[in-house]
Amino acid sequence: MKVNSEIKNHHPLSAGNLWRGVKHNKVALIGAIVLVVFFGAAIFADRIAPYDPQKTSNETFQPPSQKFLFGTDDLGRDVFSGVIYGAQTSILIGVSVALLSGLLGVFVGSAAGYAGGIGDDFLMRLTELFLIPPQFFLALIIAALFGSSLFNLILILTITSWTAMARLVRAEVLSLKERPFVEASRAVGASPTRILFHDILPNAFPLIITKIILMVGGVILLEAGLEFVGIGDANRISWGYMLHNGQHFIRDGWWIIAFPSLALAALVLALNVVGDALNSALNPKARAAHFDKAV
Amino acid sequence: MKIFFPRLYQRLLVKRVIQSLILILLLIVINFFLIHLAPGDPVYYLAGQSGDEQYYELIRAKFGLDQSLLTQLWVYLSSVLRGDLGYSLSYQQPVSAVIFSRVPATLLLIVSAILMASVGGILLGVEAARKENSFYDRLFNTFALLGHSFPSFSIGHLLLLFFALYLGLFPAQGMASANQDLTGINYFLDLLVHLALPSLTLAIVQIAQIMRLTRAEMLNVLGENFITTARAKGVSERKVLYGHALRNALLPVVTIIGSDLGMLLSGAVLTETVFAYPGLGRLTLEVLAARDYPVLMGLFLLISISVAVINFLTDITYPLIDPRIKYSR
Repeated sequence: MKVNSEIKNHHPLSAGNLWRGVKHNKVALIGAIVLVVFFGAAIFADRIAPYDPQKTSNETFQPPSQKFLFGTDDLGRDVFSGVIYGAQTSILIGVSVALLSGLLGVFVGSAAGYAGGIGDDFLMRLTELFLIPPQFFLALIIAALFGSSLFNLILILTITSWTAMARLVRAEVLSLKERPFVEASRAVGASPTRILFHDILPNAFPLIITKIILMVGGVILLEAGLEFVGIGDANRISWGYMLHNGQHFIRDGWWIIAFPSLALAALVLALNVVGDALNSALNPKARAAHFDKAV
Repeated sequence: MKIFFPRLYQRLLVKRVIQSLILILLLIVINFFLIHLAPGDPVYYLAGQSGDEQYYELIRAKFGLDQSLLTQLWVYLSSVLRGDLGYSLSYQQPVSAVIFSRVPATLLLIVSAILMASVGGILLGVEAARKENSFYDRLFNTFALLGHSFPSFSIGHLLLLFFALYLGLFPAQGMASANQDLTGINYFLDLLVHLALPSLTLAIVQIAQIMRLTRAEMLNVLGENFITTARAKGVSERKVLYGHALRNALLPVVTIIGSDLGMLLSGAVLTETVFAYPGLGRLTLEVLAARDYPVLMGLFLLISISVAVINFLTDITYPLIDPRIKYSR
């Protein structure tokens, strides 16, 4: 019975395989549950959060109680509601930036790896140039000059996050394009684009998807870092902003910064744990997962 | 015996110097285009936002803002290369003076953090590699994962809450006690006490990465023949680990410590913010709030250039210290 189901699910990205990557690893299982909780909180934020996270009241600096689960801040805003809506901001930015910059990286990396020659040289020098300024400072300076609305933030973080994926995909394409099955395709006259999209990229897919999942945590930390130094969308509540605002009142109430801080770390830890488990399940030959962390 | 060919090394050196110079030029060009692509009059980014019309006219004339973009680029490049990064209105000082007055504090913070993280990370990495998948290996791996997930400011806040505010062991803010004219050993101790928490924060950020890399490298080296030989000869396990294996595993670790400077600087900005430590990070925050763009652009440029320089130094020293790289004809 078991053997049968394993034969059926031979594709590396099948649900069975993903499940197998997680189920034997208790830590990853807990991580997956934590992720489900955070994603649920983000999606149903308006139903879970008891208050409007931006609404001020005269009940300031209230310690955690039944009325205010995580207490209130200097303006009487409910910290619990802020943490719930903050999950929404973090996940929205983390997931969309990881997807967009992942796509951009796949595009640059496969173009460079497959084209070779001058094109490869140019794209790789460009990538190296992008890697010199620390990612955090590059994002910070662009956001300071061009503004930091939600849309801008996603764009800026995408522009500063694609390099790792580009290098990874390029290396993978370089190794895959010498394999016999690619040679066979070439021999029967398949066009370069067909070889790239039908032979090479599908084989690089497990690597790409784990990298994207591992990127989400790094992007979330980076975004929180920017918000923490005061750059961000003023219309949205985020964990980084709560910490930015709360640090001045650290003596008045530990809860104002402790809960957003722990939520941030718990979400990123869960993402890293699950990403790590997926990495060893999908890419058994790959080395230990490399976590992006710029702050 | 190590065979070393100075001529080949010289060629490498020349190549790397040229590459690095080109990179630095490109970084200045990028800075220039950022200023011109940003919304609004470039003069705000070259002079800051608190100037008056007369001052802006002066800056417009200085940078040739009424001339072609190419001329402007030339003026900008030559003034930056002369070391002129502009004038800060909010500090009433040249930008370079503002920035360099903050360098020592950040340098002290970063160097002490690197020292702690290297010693701690390498020791933990060796102990974890001693027996793969043992209890300690898993424990240290869990720590590493935690370290990778907490941003520097969260670590800082938690340390601040517990050690400074709850236990009262360390001062919560600043680099030195105010209103006290301390000298000699007392001054030094005061500095140290203020440094402890920020530098511990930054070290924790680093330690996970160094530990994981040391562990991976150690596991590689421990599988090699000369280790088996050493063990067969009856060399003690301690000596095998720290004498034979670590010496060979250390090189990539040293490189990563150098190349992580960018991450350390970013971490320093956030850590300094938490502890109100008066270095480059604190400065970044102040000029962001004051919209003092000349200082901000200068900071960005100097930090990028220092990363490029460190990369260059790592690149050229690697062949000198790696016994495995030999220059063959």
